[in-house]
Amino acid sequence: MFAIVMLHCVLGLLLLAAGFSLGRRSFAVGAAVSLAGFGWAVSQLGSVIDGVVPTAKVNWVTALGLSFDLRLDGFALLMFLLVTGIGTLVQFYALSYFGSDTPGLNRLAGLLLIFTAAMLGVVTASNLMMVFIAWELTSITSYLLIGWADSNPAARASALQALLTTGAGGIAMLGGFVLIGQEAGTYDLGALAASPPSGLAVNVGLVLVLIGAFTKSAQFPFSAWLPGAMVAPTPISAFLHSATMVKAGVYLVARLAPIFATADVWRPLVLSVGLLTMLTGGYRALRENDLKSILAFGTVSQLGFLMTLFGAGVPEATLAGVLVLFAHALFKACLFLVVGVIDHQAHTRDIRALGAYGPGWGGPRLAAVLAGASMAGVPLLFGFVAKEAAYEAFVHSEMAGGPLVLAGLVAGSILTFAYTGRLLLGAFRSDPVAVVGASAADVVIPIEPPPAPSTRFWAPAALLAGLTVTLGVVPNLVSGLVSTAASSLDPRLEESHVALWHGFGTPLVLSAVTIAAGLVLIAQRGWIARLLTAIPRPISGQQAYLGALKGLNRIADRVTGIVQPGSLPIYLGVIVLAVVVVPGFALLHTPFPDMPPLTTGPGDWAAAGLIIVGGVAATVVQERIAAVLCLGAVGFGMALVFILQGAPDLALTQVCIDTLGAVVFVLVLRRLPNRFSDRPTRLGRSVRLAVSGLVGIFVFIFIVVAVGVRTEEPISSQFTARSLVEGGGRNVVNVIIVDFRGFDTMGEITVLSIAGLGVYGLARLARRESRELRSFTPLRGSRQRTDDRP
Amino acid sequence: MRRSLILDVVVQVVFHSALMLGLFLLFTGHNRPGGGFVGGLVVGAGLSLRYVAGGIDEIRRTVPVRPWSILGAGLTLSAVTTVVPLFTGRMLMEHYKFDLHLWLFGAVHVNTALFFDIGVSLVVIGTVMMLLVAFGEQMPSINNPFSRNSEL
Repeated sequence: MFAIVMLHCVLGLLLLAAGFSLGRRSFAVGAAVSLAGFGWAVSQLGSVIDGVVPTAKVNWVTALGLSFDLRLDGFALLMFLLVTGIGTLVQFYALSYFGSDTPGLNRLAGLLLIFTAAMLGVVTASNLMMVFIAWELTSITSYLLIGWADSNPAARASALQALLTTGAGGIAMLGGFVLIGQEAGTYDLGALAASPPSGLAVNVGLVLVLIGAFTKSAQFPFSAWLPGAMVAPTPISAFLHSATMVKAGVYLVARLAPIFATADVWRPLVLSVGLLTMLTGGYRALRENDLKSILAFGTVSQLGFLMTLFGAGVPEATLAGVLVLFAHALFKACLFLVVGVIDHQAHTRDIRALGAYGPGWGGPRLAAVLAGASMAGVPLLFGFVAKEAAYEAFVHSEMAGGPLVLAGLVAGSILTFAYTGRLLLGAFRSDPVAVVGASAADVVIPIEPPPAPSTRFWAPAALLAGLTVTLGVVPNLVSGLVSTAASSLDPRLEESHVALWHGFGTPLVLSAVTIAAGLVLIAQRGWIARLLTAIPRPISGQQAYLGALKGLNRIADRVTGIVQPGSLPIYLGVIVLAVVVVPGFALLHTPFPDMPPLTTGPGDWAAAGLIIVGGVAATVVQERIAAVLCLGAVGFGMALVFILQGAPDLALTQVCIDTLGAVVFVLVLRRLPNRFSDRPTRLGRSVRLAVSGLVGIFVFIFIVVAVGVRTEEPISSQFTARSLVEGGGRNVVNVIIVDFRGFDTMGEITVLSIAGLGVYGLARLARRESRELRSFTPLRGSRQRTDDRP
Repeated sequence: MRRSLILDVVVQVVFHSALMLGLFLLFTGHNRPGGGFVGGLVVGAGLSLRYVAGGIDEIRRTVPVRPWSILGAGLTLSAVTTVVPLFTGRMLMEHYKFDLHLWLFGAVHVNTALFFDIGVSLVVIGTVMMLLVAFGEQMPSINNPFSRNSEL
């Protein structure tokens, strides 16, 4: 199992790195890899249905207890089959979708494979941390795939929006995982199910996890990114943004619902969000004139449907959820593929322009009608079977609010029926009555009949439509898989409860009501279109997203303006005062020890004299160079102290630092006026004096206390004892630097390098600016002081 | 720029002594006063002497490598020394000794900490050189802000 996932990942990376010359053939590689994964999953089908759960464990970071724990239970297998199966079809479809001379196709195919690996990771991971890592990987690959056409600003903006939304949700989810995991003492899904934790922390954690799931599955109010993601090429939309990735949130809810559905926050939150998403998505789909947008809002609506079913945490609803998820993957991918065919041949997706077709379009049209009918819930198709199961689950449910949920599902399904009709009529018939927003500026000229697509192009769609019909007529073909998947989610689900046909009862009546009401809505589509045109657009998630982004930028601007005023004295003052205040607070609560001896010999007086004279002189002299030299004297005084105390290493280093420091100072000072320019005002001077005095007094007291209050043996005696034995060196200082505290040194030299590069960059930048333009206009929002510039 | 003959000659002599001293401090550091950091600083000080004698071009002539290459090489060497023990079944950054047989010098005790220290010195040398290059080019002087500076 691990090998299959890694195969996708490695071949994807290979395609990215070395597939340039492959061009369109990259998709053939991708299809082959996904087909291999699908084949493997099919080979596991029999044993998984018999109750065997293949697992794989590959250690990753043993020190942190992180390992790849993979587990292929029934539900994971179903998802595995959908991801690899639809992945194969989509890669095959992409072979026809893209022109042979399109650049960057290897990148697209490679990213699709890496995404597939990540998605397989999400569905097979049995450990919350692994779920999170794979989850984030799907967000990142989705970002790269949406923004694949990187010269298109709309694609980049949509990609960023998807990344920000799902990424923010992912971070919330991580916080939730940690809260739940710490409370339960385990991150393993199986162990969590065995003994679910509870309490306030768990409820907060669940809300955070649900925010992650809602953003990923485009639930209200986070759904705006999904319609935006439709700028991606249609194969991407079909795969990521309808069949697989957006189901990750639903998947997580499905996994957690049987464990946590009884928690206080779970059902009210999930059910209300799910139903609201289902209804708003369906409503928005009725307003759109772009085929892909209709499908996108339809997907949002269906994801709300799934969220409601799985979120209920009732065994029958879980079973219905599995069925709807399965059916949705089949019909929605099929519809996307057909819309892609239309877009490719006609170069438009606008229902106002489409309608005229020549011969050769019978196949795609039939596939789309069958898939659409399945989505609408027409009998003898797989979608109908699923919808029946959903109604059935809530008709007999004793859950609080069950009838309300049922009513919401019926209303959402009626909307689904209506927008399906709108989609099919808009795509295949010239249907001006259904157009929303027909103002003069919106007039679109109908196009000529587009050329017929090749059979190979629409074959994947036909295959999916065929499956929808087959499973609709003979649902028993998959009853083993579906019931295993559902019972792996919720063990309370007895084998005997699984039935794919519910006979004549309330669900059938509800289906009939759905279809009848849907037909009425379709018949009255002209009237509805006029009504929707009259209603102004509601505040969309898109506007909320843009507003949030703008507000964030404004806050960042303000904060930066306040905390980064660009004044060196203020920076220094803040740093120094922080040093005084924070440890100083602790100092106040420490008993003052006996005064240690201040000197050890006459040499100390000489060193102290040098330091004091140098220090005072540095504050008094008027010339910058002189001040630097005075500071140098302080440094040499320190070196003298080190020598007297028997620390030649430190003395050596201090002398070298001071020498080099003086050189660098001189280099910098060449650019500044010789004398200090603006002497501070009387007030500024006293503030500086006060701060400096405070620091001096604080440091003195701190050292006296620190020396006097020691109760434990210093760690340095350990270092001395172990230096030669374990570090292999007689110079304890050096052994500490390179061995005992080697990590510190590693960090320090890294910081040193970064600082060096930064200084170099700043110096060059300043030089280029002074060369190119003399007048310097500060950037908006950063209030840099320029008074120190020559 | 005007060069002073006396300074030139003195720097020629002192520079190589400084290099040797820096290397000595680096290699002796594990057992006696010294170490990679101070060794690097001494070499850096020698380089700054060359700068004083002949300006930034003198540094470029003396060290044909770009400063950030030295910096990067040092950081890489230290990082590699830190990680390599993992592949031989040791702990991260676990140093160990081995004897190297050089036919003329006989057996030399080598501690892998030395390589880490060499990396530290290279980082220090690179940083000093970067500072010299960053600030040490011909001044875009107050008198003539449009003077063309040589690009590194």
